[in-house]
Amino acid sequence: MTADSTTIATLDPEAIASKSTGMWQLTMRRLFRRRSAMAGLVILGILVFIATFAPALAPYDPTISMLDVDPPQKIKARTAPCIHLLGCPTDQPQHIAGIDGNIRDQFSRLLYGARLSLMVGFSTVTFAIIIGTVLGALAGYFGGWIDNLIMRVMDVLLAFPSLLLAIAIVTVLGPGLINALLAIGIVSIPAYARVMRASVLSVREMEFVSATRALGGNNMQILFLRILPNALTPLIVQGTLGIASAILDAAALSFLGLGAQPPTPEWGSMLGSERNQVFTAPHLVFYPGFMIMLTVLAFNLIGDGLRDALDPRLAHSSS
Amino acid sequence: MMLQYILRRVIASIPVLFGILLVTFVLARVIPGDPCRAILGEKATEEVCARFIEEKGLDKPITTQFAIYVKDMASGNLGESFRLGLPVSRLLIERLPTTFELSLAALIVSIIFGIPLGIISAVKHNTWLDVVTMVWANIGVSMPVFWLGLMLMYVFSLQLKDTPFWLPPSGRVSPGISDTPFYEIWGWVVPETGLWSAFLNFTGRLNILNSLLTQNWELLKDSIMHLILPALALGTIPMAIIARMARSAMLDVLGQDYIRTAKAKGLGRGGVIFKHAFRNSLLPLVTVIGLSFGGLLGGAVLTETIFGLSGVGRTLYEAITARDYGIVQVFTLVIAFVFVVINLIVDISYAYLDPRVRLN
Repeated sequence: MTADSTTIATLDPEAIASKSTGMWQLTMRRLFRRRSAMAGLVILGILVFIATFAPALAPYDPTISMLDVDPPQKIKARTAPCIHLLGCPTDQPQHIAGIDGNIRDQFSRLLYGARLSLMVGFSTVTFAIIIGTVLGALAGYFGGWIDNLIMRVMDVLLAFPSLLLAIAIVTVLGPGLINALLAIGIVSIPAYARVMRASVLSVREMEFVSATRALGGNNMQILFLRILPNALTPLIVQGTLGIASAILDAAALSFLGLGAQPPTPEWGSMLGSERNQVFTAPHLVFYPGFMIMLTVLAFNLIGDGLRDALDPRLAHSSS
Repeated sequence: MMLQYILRRVIASIPVLFGILLVTFVLARVIPGDPCRAILGEKATEEVCARFIEEKGLDKPITTQFAIYVKDMASGNLGESFRLGLPVSRLLIERLPTTFELSLAALIVSIIFGIPLGIISAVKHNTWLDVVTMVWANIGVSMPVFWLGLMLMYVFSLQLKDTPFWLPPSGRVSPGISDTPFYEIWGWVVPETGLWSAFLNFTGRLNILNSLLTQNWELLKDSIMHLILPALALGTIPMAIIARMARSAMLDVLGQDYIRTAKAKGLGRGGVIFKHAFRNSLLPLVTVIGLSFGGLLGGAVLTETIFGLSGVGRTLYEAITARDYGIVQVFTLVIAFVFVVINLIVDISYAYLDPRVRLN
């Protein structure tokens, strides 16, 4: 008993602060211990590296025709990959992933595509998290008709398959990368709003919230300083997995010709514009799709790992 | 108790249905450009447009327009596609069976592979079998449907050509194979309009059902062969999700005390796994399977585009790009409606499986 009171007495703010960083350190340690999450982090690391250094890594400009490079290459559209190490004659120019329908080097386009895909993932999810969090917080905190109104609107959004709703929104806004991002962002808002609302509901009645109110904290302080930090965990997990589905949906929109427009090196649109050539030039379909899969896989693995690492109940049922 | 719960759920979904009606109504009105030319085409003259606007009530207040729209939809007056010169209701009946068959096949694929994989993974927890299954499940959820579809097509329609494993790359039925609907073969008289006619037209276009009813084995084989690749492409993501969910639900249950009790009683392995564990892990599975359906309907747009199937998804996509609002409005409405109804069924089956849900 006395020991307890002395420890409480000696608790200083620094110790509390270090304790809160401890949680994140613990999470990271748990995350690193998972092989699948590590694999995801490694893939993501490579993709970020590629995206950052695309201009240095790419042998050609992603939008330039091989007829216009110096010296011009006499090469046919949709030529299969030529890799010198794998026995392609050295007198032919090397194109690791072949040539696309417009006589461009596909490898360079694939590298630049990483930029776009990561940008798409992060920007749509950031947009959706910000709006979804605010809506969910308002709904959960104030309850009543505000809650009803917001959540019924979210229900309606959820009543449409996300890809179809995104297609419909792009139709209204007009095709293009930015509009596609906006559409996917809007479609993913309900998921975050629901997560946030649930978290708010679970903490709203807790003592530390009442304490803040008793100390004269206003609604905004309570919401953003007391409640939001408690909802971060599920939001982070949802966000990471959300990036994966945002990238998939954006690729699907571009595949249908509603997202990024040519000659932008976007994986979905690269695949979409060559899809009828799958029998004659399979490399033009295989590589972009493989890159999409790899990127989505990375975020899925990290998201799953984070969920397990952040949930103490699952700490022992590891896989 | 159960009935009360069902009633409450049905009533709770009314605002959502109303919201869907509102969204589809707004959708067709915020689309850029003048509605008359958007629907009748660029060549429509002033007079034609004036008449069109009056006919459609587009000069009336917006609230009246909405009321007319709701009334039309509720009475089954679904309008026309001016681009194709056909009533939308007929298009819907023609195209829905393709999507229905495809989604159902994909769902079956995902369930019959997903659940056993998940159970095996959970029972053989932390063995190489578990690791391999889960690696594949992770890759499965990450694959773009359109890429998988094209790759399957490349492998099965091109690389495996002239082998028994060859599968057709597109379409529903090979040319030359008769798909005469059962009601014609049985000599039934089909009325021009009405629900009965719609029902017959719909079921007659479900090729597999039709081939079974008419004992047309050639059609059955051909339809199944055409269905395998699209169903695999569309079913892979839900299959992976179901496998992962089945695994984690089973793991949860297998750690419970009553499982230990069942084992201690001397119950056989199979009995423990299927009678005690699997039944109790069904709950989250039902939710996931229901939720997958929305993904299936969205994925159907992509799958149908790739495999040249004229189903609801592809028709809707083509209508959107061609700005054929008559189709867009109704097809979106129908898909959302189906989705709401499925969610309702999921909720109800949830309550059926877990009586605690009804009390909340």
